[in-house]
Amino acid sequence: MSGYLNGVTLVLVSPALAAALLAILPNYRLSARLNILASLLTLLAAFSLLAGRGPASPYALVDDLNIVFIVLSTVVGFTTSVFSASYIGHELETGRLTPINLRFYHAMYQVMMFGMNLALIANNIGLMWVAIELATLATVVMVGVYRTHEALEAAWKYFILASVGIAFALFGTILVYMAAQPMLGEGLQSMTWTVLIAHVSTFDPALLNVAFVFLFLGYGTKVGLAPLHAWLPDAHAEGPTPISAVLSGLLLNVALYAILRFKMLMTLNPAAIAPGPLMVTVGLISVIFAAFMLYRRRDIKRLFAYSSIEHMGIIVFAFGMGGPLANFAGLLQMTMHSLTKSAIFFTVGHIAQVKGTQKISDIRGLTESHPILGWGLVLGVIAIAGMPPLGIFMSEFLIVSSTFAREPLLAIALVFGLLIAFGALMLRLQGIVFGEATGSTAPSQASYLPIFAHLALVLAAGIYLPPMLVTWFQHVAQMLG
Amino acid sequence: MHNLAFDVSHLLAGGLVLVSFMMLYQDRLYALLNVFALHAVLLSLSVGWQAYIQDAPHLYVTALIALIFKALIIPIVLHRMIVRLGIHREIETTAGIGPIMLVGIGLVGLSMAVMLRVTADANLIAREDLAFALSVLLLGLLIMVTRRNAVGQVVGFMSLENGLVLAATGAKGMPLVVEISVAFSVLIAFIVIGIFLFRIRERFDSVDVQALDRFRGDRR
Repeated sequence: MSGYLNGVTLVLVSPALAAALLAILPNYRLSARLNILASLLTLLAAFSLLAGRGPASPYALVDDLNIVFIVLSTVVGFTTSVFSASYIGHELETGRLTPINLRFYHAMYQVMMFGMNLALIANNIGLMWVAIELATLATVVMVGVYRTHEALEAAWKYFILASVGIAFALFGTILVYMAAQPMLGEGLQSMTWTVLIAHVSTFDPALLNVAFVFLFLGYGTKVGLAPLHAWLPDAHAEGPTPISAVLSGLLLNVALYAILRFKMLMTLNPAAIAPGPLMVTVGLISVIFAAFMLYRRRDIKRLFAYSSIEHMGIIVFAFGMGGPLANFAGLLQMTMHSLTKSAIFFTVGHIAQVKGTQKISDIRGLTESHPILGWGLVLGVIAIAGMPPLGIFMSEFLIVSSTFAREPLLAIALVFGLLIAFGALMLRLQGIVFGEATGSTAPSQASYLPIFAHLALVLAAGIYLPPMLVTWFQHVAQMLG
Repeated sequence: MHNLAFDVSHLLAGGLVLVSFMMLYQDRLYALLNVFALHAVLLSLSVGWQAYIQDAPHLYVTALIALIFKALIIPIVLHRMIVRLGIHREIETTAGIGPIMLVGIGLVGLSMAVMLRVTADANLIAREDLAFALSVLLLGLLIMVTRRNAVGQVVGFMSLENGLVLAATGAKGMPLVVEISVAFSVLIAFIVIGIFLFRIRERFDSVDVQALDRFRGDRR
């Protein structure tokens, strides 16, 4: 199947080549276009995987689970590159970024895309770890690109916490290999995902248990789950906004994907602990903690960063509950959150640019001064807060109702968290978009297309899900167990 | 032969834990770097011994990387950086040495209790190595937590990575991909940190991470 080969290699080769090319191109306008073009090519390659995928090799694997993530990442990667092109023009004008910074920024953007796609496609748990580390390092550098006090602190904090997380994840990976090695022998096959999953029921459960704790802690740090989330708001608030969009929309998902893969291993070994309760607990803590923290935010990007923690909590909660319905809802929630949150960050990026501030108290009456951005934000926040008829309402409704049927008390706690978060978001939204307009009223040179394309998709999903998508997600939900 | 193989690897891995403890109570940056170099030398010996007893020649590469890169280049570069920044004064540790050592002992006890229990079926060398590796990892974490200084944190992080390399080589026949990648990640991590240190210096005239604290979060 040459189509398979082409698809898989293209998804990896086009960002890698583009990164090399962007590192040497001096003209930033050209780079921004090339960045878009490369992201588009990657997106097309990802779509080609939908058509034909073929058998797994020892290094690469495309199955029903990871193709959801690959398509989602490349879509958001592409729209973010479009947004980034209009965003950086403004940053250059105001002198926050220099052309050399930009060259670096564009190259790193593609390195990050490469790392994420590699992590998603890898059929080897060691390779997956390397790829996630690569994507993390690329984002660390980008978070620090403004070189302000705040950006440096955010990048340093992100770097230290992510490194410790990633070290734990590697230790967990080594333990999984140790568990597999007596059964499968030494060498590559003991780290190959498809081989592991076929033989996992024979592995030593005690080793697997310890391994999962390390993997969950390690990759959980990258997902931004509650006790380990400290890097997330800073990294979102101080980096360039396109990076906030891909962090929330993509990188958190990639780490989540790693956790899901290992969860599948755990559930197939009857003697190992069930990973569900651990995930449910941590997810619920994240939701409730983030919901209360939302009230005290004074920085608009930080506000939505905490909302990302809340949503990752909901998603981990759903996957922790398990079962076809909760898994289905978790997948849907993840997709909707990626689309909505990146659309919100696109809007917020332009708002911060036209108003010249990220302080919530300095932004008032947006619907008066910048109607399109203002109403775009209203729509985005309504979506993220889980109002009908948008997509997130549907997925949250599914999660809550499926939980009610099994564990009513947990469902009550979850609904409590959701309502608290809803209140906080509405409170802040009102101040930002309504009332007397303050600050600059200069028209924004925003690109509205990525924002409204995402929101339209979210709205469409809330009203009508194509049956093809439903059967596909149902199949994946069954895979996840 | 089996006994000798076990004894030597036990000695080297145990030595690594001991040197981790030595790093815990160093309160000068130069001394910390010297002890870290010793840590890396021990690691390289340990990896080399594993290469010999497992008959796995590719592990010699890992040992060599540890020796040249971690025991020589990094300490020398960091040494120079310290001189250039003029920060060879005392490190501020966040707690007294006594409590830190006690916590360290607790962590080692914990990792022994956990790892020895769950790896009951694994081969003896791998078992011991893994338990020691987890101790080194946790002690590295403790070093990072107890340092206020960025250079100290970096050294703590690298000793933590040494623990990972020890674990990876102890797991018999683990594919080369991972070992090289560990070495690479240290390299990349170091470059990134180097850039950061440089930038922190540029902005604050200090690599004391405490200086960053006032820029935290929402307190603007």
